[in-house]
Amino acid sequence: MRTEELRIEAKVEALPKAIEFATGTLTDACSMRERLHIELVTEEIFVNIASYAYDAPGGFVLIRRSGGEGPEGLTLTFIDEGAPYDPLQRPDPDLTLSAEDRPIGGLGVFLVKKIVTEAHYEYKDGKNILTIRKVIGGA
Amino acid sequence: MEIKKEQNGTSLTMVLSGRLDTVAAADFEKELEASLTGVESLVLDCAELTYVASSGLRAFLMAQKRMNKQGSMKMLHVQEAVMEVLSMTGFDDLLTIEK
Repeated sequence: MRTEELRIEAKVEALPKAIEFATGTLTDACSMRERLHIELVTEEIFVNIASYAYDAPGGFVLIRRSGGEGPEGLTLTFIDEGAPYDPLQRPDPDLTLSAEDRPIGGLGVFLVKKIVTEAHYEYKDGKNILTIRKVIGGA
Repeated sequence: MEIKKEQNGTSLTMVLSGRLDTVAAADFEKELEASLTGVESLVLDCAELTYVASSGLRAFLMAQKRMNKQGSMKMLHVQEAVMEVLSMTGFDDLLTIEK
């Protein structure tokens, strides 16, 4: 399977580029719903890195992409050299709390976990490596 | 994203169109801050809103908390794609949503 990479600055302004790249192999056969799911997953992961990974500006995110539609699905890997952080370990928000008691954060990672088929994190050689795979063609 | 405002006394309707992503959510929160003084009824018309990320959900929650104190808020004409994100996060129970 062909793998492509995009290295971009870890800043929120680069989000459209990240989304364009992440959805780059999807064709018209991909439903609008699934396309929006990939966009949302990419946004939540990318914005998290852009907002929290680095103490100083100038950090980068490397996005690796393979696959697309079909049973294998689309695999996206997000790599940064920021502080070690496994977003998948973040506890899920309590969805039963009232508006007043709902904490303001934690929803993005929760959405990622709900949407993707599988997600995996490792910290290796000074890098945060977060890989998600989503089967495309479900609905 | 585009935000159009229609004010009628203490009633404010904000018509949201396009994508409520992280960048747009920051603008939306500022617009809410600047607009809600004295408002007792806030309507968010989402007929043309096609996408929402968690940052947009936070803005909705912020608006709901504020309006709980000073009146009421409801969302109208929420599209399926946006509704799905609201449902996944339990926001369909926190917000007043009329399809």
